[in-house]
Amino acid sequence: MANQDFVRQINLDGIGRAPGLGLRWHIDFVLLGFLLLLCASGLFLLYSATGQDLSVVIRQATYLGISLLAMLLVSQIPPRVLMQSAKWFYTGGVLLLLAVLLFGVHSKGAQRWIQLPGFRFQPSEIIKLIMPITMAAFLARRRLPPSLKDVALSLLIVAVPVVLIAKQPDLGTSILIGSSGIFVLLLAGLRKRIIFSAICMAVPSIYILWHFFMYDYQKRRVLTFLNPESDPWGSGWNIIQSTIAIGSGGVDGKGWLMGTQSHLDFLPESHTDFILAVLAEEFGLVGCLTLFTTYALILGRGIFITLNADTLFGRLLAGSITLTFFVYIFVNVGMVSGLLPVVGVPLPLVSRGGTSLITLLVGFGFLMSIHTHRSFLGVSH
Amino acid sequence: MPQDTLKDHGAEKRLVNTRIWVAVGLMALLGMGLISRLFYLQVVRYNELSTQSDENRLLLQPIPPTRGLIYDTNCKLLAMNTPSHILSIVREQTRDLEGLLASISALLPLSEGELHRFHQRLKRRRPYEAVPLKFDLTEEEIARITVNLFRLPGVDINAELIRRYPEGELFAHSVGYVGRINDQDLKKLDPAIYSGTHTTGKIGVERSYEAVLLGKPGYQEVETNARGRVLRVLKQEKPVPGKDINLYLDINLQKAAVKAIGDRRGALVAMDPKTGGVMAMVSNPSFDPNLFVTGIDTKTFNALNRDIERPLYNRASLGEYPPASTVKPVMGLALLANDVVTPEDKIFDKGWFQLPGSDHRFRNWNRSGHGWVDLPKAITVSNDTYFYIQAGKLGIDNLHDFASQFGFGHRTGIDIREERPGLLPSREWKQGVYGETWYPGETVIAIIGQGYMLATPLQLVESTALIANRGRYVQPRLVKEDIPEVQGEFWGDDIETDNADDTDAMNWELIIEAMEDVVHSPQGTANWRIGKGLKYRMAAKTGTAQVVSIAQGEEYDAEQLKEFERDHSLFVAFAPVEDPQIAIAVILENSNGASNVARDVMDTFLLPRLSARQNTTKEDT
Repeated sequence: MANQDFVRQINLDGIGRAPGLGLRWHIDFVLLGFLLLLCASGLFLLYSATGQDLSVVIRQATYLGISLLAMLLVSQIPPRVLMQSAKWFYTGGVLLLLAVLLFGVHSKGAQRWIQLPGFRFQPSEIIKLIMPITMAAFLARRRLPPSLKDVALSLLIVAVPVVLIAKQPDLGTSILIGSSGIFVLLLAGLRKRIIFSAICMAVPSIYILWHFFMYDYQKRRVLTFLNPESDPWGSGWNIIQSTIAIGSGGVDGKGWLMGTQSHLDFLPESHTDFILAVLAEEFGLVGCLTLFTTYALILGRGIFITLNADTLFGRLLAGSITLTFFVYIFVNVGMVSGLLPVVGVPLPLVSRGGTSLITLLVGFGFLMSIHTHRSFLGVSH
Repeated sequence: MPQDTLKDHGAEKRLVNTRIWVAVGLMALLGMGLISRLFYLQVVRYNELSTQSDENRLLLQPIPPTRGLIYDTNCKLLAMNTPSHILSIVREQTRDLEGLLASISALLPLSEGELHRFHQRLKRRRPYEAVPLKFDLTEEEIARITVNLFRLPGVDINAELIRRYPEGELFAHSVGYVGRINDQDLKKLDPAIYSGTHTTGKIGVERSYEAVLLGKPGYQEVETNARGRVLRVLKQEKPVPGKDINLYLDINLQKAAVKAIGDRRGALVAMDPKTGGVMAMVSNPSFDPNLFVTGIDTKTFNALNRDIERPLYNRASLGEYPPASTVKPVMGLALLANDVVTPEDKIFDKGWFQLPGSDHRFRNWNRSGHGWVDLPKAITVSNDTYFYIQAGKLGIDNLHDFASQFGFGHRTGIDIREERPGLLPSREWKQGVYGETWYPGETVIAIIGQGYMLATPLQLVESTALIANRGRYVQPRLVKEDIPEVQGEFWGDDIETDNADDTDAMNWELIIEAMEDVVHSPQGTANWRIGKGLKYRMAAKTGTAQVVSIAQGEEYDAEQLKEFERDHSLFVAFAPVEDPQIAIAVILENSNGASNVARDVMDTFLLPRLSARQNTTKEDT
């Protein structure tokens, strides 16, 4: 089995030789290589999407440097420490979310920011990291598959920040955070009958969500997604124009810097959420498949790290981070290509913006930490 | 931790790993879903979406052709195109129009009138048409708008050629004017030819020669961004400019005529009897055609339209007046041609005429009568009684048929569309309109050009030219060039001139001599006004048209009548008699002195030519 082969090879690496540079500095060079490949191509795409604005690219590259540094710093923290401090992280995160609701800064119709002297930040971004850690730490201490009581407690842990973030309102982020928590529960062996009954419960809960919790602009986005032609000049514009951009790229694209949809301002948000449409327009299906391959390599390494984690906590955390990364990709590509409603999720590691970059790379820092802090004697097989 | 001791690490690891492999499978499945979606968009729907992308950015823009220029006979510009910077708005590209107008008015002054006219044009616009808001922007205004264009969606500044009539009122009725295309025009015009063009000829030559003046639009394929701004031109097909047109109109004659008419209401048409070329066409009062080019405001238009003196009305070709005694030469020819009289036949005029069995007296204009009168004298002194007596013998049918050959009752077919046919009464006409038979008394007044009979100044000059040409017919025309596709439409009712040609050549000379005596003989009706000091021989006929009918036996005093009830004075003439170069018809409403106007214009035209021909160095005043 491939699984067995991986494990044997790692054992040879770990025991047969002296620890390499990667293990000593806690860097996973394979993952780092894939990430650098993706981020560097992202910068080229960003250069085109911003209308050849080099200053934006330089700023993004700076964020990238800071984020990579943060990733490597985080990878030095042993997973054990993360697990032990999880409850403090969680408590602090929820308090920050409450602070946002009470003292947050308004921007573009939502209240997501906390203003500190000199800079402002989004506590919901930190929750993205805290949620899988907390859930992994909680469930790693329980017997698996989790009992009904543990499931209920887990759902409570997930629900509190998700509801607080949905109230800001920020539907995209709350879905991502909710799913990263749920993924831990699913990986931890949530019983199948509970999964099936939850799916059966989903229909009435969507009804309740629609009527009591969703804001008008969120409802409108969903309705527009279902029928974009109904309002071609208003909220349907984004979807129609991005569909046209993707389709007109064809197999081999119009060429770098040659995309008409993005360069002539037909495509909105071309350098943030809709950057995939720029890629699809300028590099065609070939470009998209290349991007997907790079993502697949990163995801594959994530799965590899998950399968080879030496603790249950590490396994659950790494699995959740990897799956959440996939959800990012899926939701963004789905919304840009008109499969899903527009919920404001950036294309991970490619879209412009420092906040999501640092969150994602810190998450990969956790993966590196899990992979490079293994005590190989503890591996049981 | 207490739980740890109870945990089965191996089982838990297997459980989690199984779940991870399930997740990997799901991810692969969803990933395939995304790839299929992209394949569907980029391969299956490629053609459709690629076309939509091009439609997004590529716009076919019309380039309007430059309108043809209009020159007078001396190559003086009568209609030209001058560049004007226009601020225009595409309604479909704006969201909040009122807000936009407010931001524009913060940058440059917008008058109430401009806003009002803009809203009027907005109502009549075609979809996605740039509707002009302000014309003739200054350099500073252009700069101020340009730097703010990014926050003025739908606003654009473009240089457009605007029609200008440098002579203003002088040629308003003949050259006419262009005006903005309105709903009614849209129904008739081919939108493909008019794309990019905002005006069309409304009256005069501008209207009738629209097809050649307009030209053919060109097209350019441009790339635009989402806000409709043009970024670059990809392909271009140049427009074909409209054809320039030369007119027979002569600005010097036109000016002389306007000056001679002064502030009186009236009309004058001067024509070259050889070609039919109209050298002057005046309708007074006139108006400034430049007012109409960019759209006239309602207030100004109503003032012009309701003016009691009717400046918008082209009296020269639309004004129908009783021709009065100016038809006597034609009627004299009719008497000769129908063998009613011989040149030597005389009657005795005691000042009036009575039909047998009637006590109604048809009076001569000179109450004391002219004594013994033959046909030449009847024309020279404009004797009415002579014609009254012959009317019965000629009869209305012969009168109608003969006068019809001179163009009465027909449109001349001049190359402008504003023309009326006048009225030449007949038995059939009266039966049709009044349902009554023709009375002999009506022939008596018809033969002196009164009663039902009406003629336009254009018809009078046409019939005068026919006499000058001794029967050869020419059609009045404004434009020198032969443009069959336009002029073909304007041939009016064909006038049979065969009979006139067949009439004994002596008859023509007899009538023309009598008309010469009108000016040159001391007893001629025009002699006292214009007969002195003439350097050339002129043949003419005067006329005085009664506007109100005078009760039997009542004396009247022109001074006591209200202004609009006074007689019209008419005058037709051609000169020089031996080689006619100019024919003129003049009418002055409620005024006299039409002959003086005609002489001023003739002098302006003939004196320089005569002195050049005779090669005389001695100037005579």
